[in-house]
Amino acid sequence: MTASDLLNRLFMAVLTLAGVAVIVFCLLRIVPGDPIAMMISPSATPADIAALRAHYGLDLGLPQQFGIWFTDVLKGNFGTSISQRRDVMELIGERLPATLELAFAALVFGVLAGGVIATLGTLARRTALDPALDFINGLFLAVPDFVWALALVLLLGVFWPVFPLSGRIDPTLSTYFHTDFYLIESLVTFKFSAFGDLIAHMVMPMLALGLPLAAIVVRTLKEALAEAMVQDYVLLARLKGMSPLRLVLQEALRNAVGPTLTLTGVQFTFMIGGTVIVERIFSYPGLGNMAIDAVINRDLPLIQGIVLTFGAIFILVNILVDLIAAWLNPRNAHG
Amino acid sequence: MTQPLVAIEGLSAISTRDGGAPVLRDVSLTLEKGEVRGLVGESGAGKSTIAKALLGILPSTVKVTGGFIRFEGRDLLTMPRRELSDIMGRDITLIPQDPQTALNPARRIEAQLTDGLRLKLGMSKKDAHQRALQLLDEVQIRNPDRVLAAYPHELSGGMRQRILIASAFALNPKLVVADEPTTALDVTVQKEILRLIRRMQEAHGTAVIFVTHDLGVVAKICDRVTLLYAGKVIEHGATVDMLTAPRHVYTRALIAAGPRYDRPNAGLEPVPEAVFRQLRAEVGLAERGI
Ligand SMILES: Nc1ncnc2c1ncn2[C@@H]1O[C@H](COP(=O)(O)OP(=O)(O)OP(=O)(O)O)[C@@H](O)[C@H]1O
Ligand SMILES: [Mg+2]
Repeated sequence: MTASDLLNRLFMAVLTLAGVAVIVFCLLRIVPGDPIAMMISPSATPADIAALRAHYGLDLGLPQQFGIWFTDVLKGNFGTSISQRRDVMELIGERLPATLELAFAALVFGVLAGGVIATLGTLARRTALDPALDFINGLFLAVPDFVWALALVLLLGVFWPVFPLSGRIDPTLSTYFHTDFYLIESLVTFKFSAFGDLIAHMVMPMLALGLPLAAIVVRTLKEALAEAMVQDYVLLARLKGMSPLRLVLQEALRNAVGPTLTLTGVQFTFMIGGTVIVERIFSYPGLGNMAIDAVINRDLPLIQGIVLTFGAIFILVNILVDLIAAWLNPRNAHG
Repeated sequence: MTQPLVAIEGLSAISTRDGGAPVLRDVSLTLEKGEVRGLVGESGAGKSTIAKALLGILPSTVKVTGGFIRFEGRDLLTMPRRELSDIMGRDITLIPQDPQTALNPARRIEAQLTDGLRLKLGMSKKDAHQRALQLLDEVQIRNPDRVLAAYPHELSGGMRQRILIASAFALNPKLVVADEPTTALDVTVQKEILRLIRRMQEAHGTAVIFVTHDLGVVAKICDRVTLLYAGKVIEHGATVDMLTAPRHVYTRALIAAGPRYDRPNAGLEPVPEAVFRQLRAEVGLAERGI
């Protein structure tokens, strides 16, 4: 990808986000539910309600509301949360790091676990292990993230309680963080007890999100590896005495990752979507969890802000995947 | 007489993929040191199967049902795995058919050309680099430093095939198996590659099994020829004798059909149906269309 391609993609990304903004705004006005009704006390008079509506600009016409919101968004101002009465950007900024850390951990887990199993399966071709692996993987492919989450709660939370059931960090751990990237910060500042606690909290939601990804990586990568392993260059390397593991990792893997990479990009965006329900199940204080609260409270500015944030992540991930694919392909790097 | 380099004796094989259909029928042939032997025959005659058997890479769906492949007196088919992998890639190497797919697109030429030197001979990276430069010079590649640092897609098909030839001869093998090494190349490049294989083979004293469809190619490069039909040897002989005084009707018909007997339209006259009928009877095949 050249620099002008990249600029092009970024320009398209901005246009796409503008489109998303319009759609979200319209959808939210179609869906029934009144944010003011959610926040007033039963004793409020019609005059109080009218004042509140005016305060949040809900008395204006829809095009006008959109115009105000959109110009504010362009200025980087997402408005004020109706339910929490705080700046939307600020709220998102506090929660997004938790979700990014979780999603990234699940991504790393899914890709590593999937990669290792696909490699083992490739090494075990023509043995009894191979079809057994395929069978188990087929089962894993059929189980979605929220089912994993519930199963893990029962298994590792209730029957064999090794991991904390909810939250991101033990509140009694009196650790002060300068950023909201707790995991990264605890690691680079050598706060290992906090790091351990964060990981313990993360294990279950990470598995719930990462296991379906791992299963997809296994299937795609194994298929591509099988195709690469019968290429002439692998045969020649084998004749030259290359070990089976090196044949897979050095000869086949690099030529086989393409489809897996693309699919992982797509899966990762699904996974970000999956954080909504999984974070809820584990009371993990991330953006997804906040999204559900925002919907329950009909907190229109907050929902809009969160959806745009998710949209921006989706688009960035896609651009990143294309960049990595281009970087991995020797034809592009040196052509 | 001294021991031949390769002696295939009564080799028979079936394809379990095709319901146990015979692939090789009692094939015997001997190969002397330094000789270039052509394996000729129409598609499906079993040429590649013989080549693969020599390299120990028969597909799992092809089963040997009898015979031996003696290499310097030792049977490759019953040899322990470890000894076999010592021989393969060192004493017996391969020039593949398609230079597009025979080089790893993700690795530089140097790494691929020096694999064998490093893995089989335990050469240091530096020594292997020196040897690689020498080899590229031998196969007449002019800017060896640039080529060693290149990725396969940066090189032409002919260039890639030269590298694969250099790689096949890198360890001074005793036998090089070349399965249609020029089929994927332009006609002009084909000639250069043929000449190169012949020159390398002479310089290293290496025997070559040369699989081809092309009698013109056979005439240029092979000392002796084996003609196969449906997995059976139809005729053996010195190239000159076989091309000038063929004994079998099939051989005669092929020569009459022109150098590219496998492309009827380009040939002078197609092999008559009567010849095929006779062949099928000889091989013991039931009538089955063409
Ligand atoms: N992987 C395989 N499994 C089972 N049978 C095979 C396999 N590959 C080839 N055969 C069978 O073996 C027979 C001989 O095939 P072979 O590839 O040796 O022919 P060939 O002379 O090299 O033909 P071509 O000129 O097309 O390369 C064919 O009948 C084919 O169906
Ligand atoms: Mg063949």
